[in-house]
Amino acid sequence: MVSGKGGTGKTTAAGALALALASDGGRVLLVEVEGRQGIAELFGTGPLPYAERKVVGARGGGEVFALAVDAEAALMEYLEMFYGIRRAGQVLTRFGAVDFATTIAPGVRDVLLTGKATEAVRRREGGRRSRVQGPHVYDAVVLDAPPTGRIAQFLCVNAEVAGLARMGPIRNHADKAMATIRSSATAVHFVALPEEMPAQEAADGLAEIREAGLHPGFVLLNMAHEPLLAPEALEDAERGEVDTDALAQGLKAVRLDAPKETAAALAREVTEHARRVGAESAVRERLRALGPPLLELPFLGGGIDTDALFRIADRLTAQGVGR
Amino acid sequence: MSGGTDRLDVDALLSDGAVRTVVCCGSGGVGKTTTAAALGLRAAALGRQAVVITVDPARRLAQSMGLSELDNTPRPVELPGSFAAPGGSLHAMMLDMKRTFDEIVEAHAAPERAREILANPFYRSLSSSFTGTQEYMAMEKLGQLREDGDWDLIIVDTPPSRSALDFLDAPERLGRFLDGRLIRVLGAPARTGAFRLLGAGVGMLTGMLSKIVGAQALKDVQSFVASFDAVFGGFQERAERTYRRLQDPGTAFLVVAVPESDAVREAAYFVERLAADSMPLAGMVMNRTHRTPVDGLSAEQAMAACTELERQGGHPLAAAALRLHARAAGLRDREAELRGRLSAAHPGVPVAEVPARTRDVHDLAALREVGDALGGGPLTV
Repeated sequence: MVSGKGGTGKTTAAGALALALASDGGRVLLVEVEGRQGIAELFGTGPLPYAERKVVGARGGGEVFALAVDAEAALMEYLEMFYGIRRAGQVLTRFGAVDFATTIAPGVRDVLLTGKATEAVRRREGGRRSRVQGPHVYDAVVLDAPPTGRIAQFLCVNAEVAGLARMGPIRNHADKAMATIRSSATAVHFVALPEEMPAQEAADGLAEIREAGLHPGFVLLNMAHEPLLAPEALEDAERGEVDTDALAQGLKAVRLDAPKETAAALAREVTEHARRVGAESAVRERLRALGPPLLELPFLGGGIDTDALFRIADRLTAQGVGR
Repeated sequence: MSGGTDRLDVDALLSDGAVRTVVCCGSGGVGKTTTAAALGLRAAALGRQAVVITVDPARRLAQSMGLSELDNTPRPVELPGSFAAPGGSLHAMMLDMKRTFDEIVEAHAAPERAREILANPFYRSLSSSFTGTQEYMAMEKLGQLREDGDWDLIIVDTPPSRSALDFLDAPERLGRFLDGRLIRVLGAPARTGAFRLLGAGVGMLTGMLSKIVGAQALKDVQSFVASFDAVFGGFQERAERTYRRLQDPGTAFLVVAVPESDAVREAAYFVERLAADSMPLAGMVMNRTHRTPVDGLSAEQAMAACTELERQGGHPLAAAALRLHARAAGLRDREAELRGRLSAAHPGVPVAEVPARTRDVHDLAALREVGDALGGGPLTV
């Protein structure tokens, strides 16, 4: 489960995590639930249907499949599976009850979404009628989950529908989903940027899921600036002390125009960089103190394409993420 | 400034007495709340009596405006003398969606009926967790403040919607639901005329719904409908009025974005959607843009010089500074390209730019700096 404040790069992190988990021949399902078609955008494919499709091959023969879960389609599928009636869906649609069941009846939507994702976690080769339990169809399922503000509510589907269905199929569905979510096989990761508010939200989200008895995974620090200066030079620059003469000398050595003026402007840029790096390392320390392992995702700039995603995944692999 | 983009004159917008409402919208994480707060502060410095409605602000930003709790009532923000022009003031409030909903019920129902509704389990979940309720209640609150007439300028920060659509669609969807066929069917006492007329599908419908959501839940819905319908059948009308209120010329929409491809795509979509719904778009706010203080040295030149210097050896500081500049200039160029594409697709939408800051905004001074960037620089008041 990958959560984090809006705008921190959850979808990118989830995609990279899926690739890293699929490297070395793994089979991974990447799931999105918010109807944004973020995975399609990430991998440059057309809009994803409500079906599991291979989107990319990972290193070492691995495969990443993707699924955009749609609550209405999940409801129809569910009705058909449990009642074997297609007409059920038609009647519900005619009375506007699909809208009711998937958006207004509280919690039902989330049960349908998490239910679908956790079903993929439990699914085994050979189907459910097979007498011998086959291996799991997927080595891992990565869910691009809702943002931190909604994550605990989203994952604690049991509590959500508790006030609604005290028994019946939705309740069973919720119980199964909850058992998978609560098991130690499920980890909730939080993506943060090296800024105070996203870090605070990661801390809040982490506290909430701990409270709910779920298992924290990683804290993923996204897009931190890599320091380009030696530590002492960085410290000086943070105080606004940059040796402009040395800078100008260097510029002269490569015959750049107006070395003095350029050096003065570059010095301002260096100071700004040092201050940013300083502010970011304070945030990094706070994130590290939260407890879960802190992993870094590089700042690549220039938008994310499949190539960039592989580079981020390689960084995760280098930090120990794998099958 | 990159060619072809008009600059959004935020000061003119905020000074225009005909503008009574500013709605900040955009995808999550682009700085909508900060923008709304900074606009409010700027408006006070321009002499307006402004109120900012925020939805779930970050704690420290809320503290900077003196908001310590979610109490659904505009509270005065204490401004140092240099922050507000004579006559100007700032209030702020955090939206409590459940309380807003409760207040509507209390205002329209007899006390006994209101108590029944407020205690209904279905109402409780509808008013506190339905994904569209927050959007709807933000609009409802806006409507109330406008009708109060005490506010010269209302600035609204929209909820972090699942998608850009929610904020425009939720009021109608909630209204449609509460006023719709399903509710009438569920609310109709069994075996009465209306119920029979709807045919055999109804029995199957209620049967299935009770299987999906549970029989008790269905009963809760039915009793909710029975009391709620009697209170005000015209919920849809209310939703429509809210929607129309947004279209009137006293409203100005600002689409907030950051120069990243996802956010820009969402912003473009939002601009189109507002146009399709005839909502008055004033312009865009592009937050967290990157600039560089170094003129006349391109990313390519800087990188080439860095490589050359590293080959020569001996100037580590200059080499690092050139590499840094190559990155900064590259980032600036990519952002300019994204913005260029956006303004080519949506010509005539003016843009105000707010440069990225090294630190987060969580005090009035920093908020004022954001306002200065949005408007035409520092104001003397």
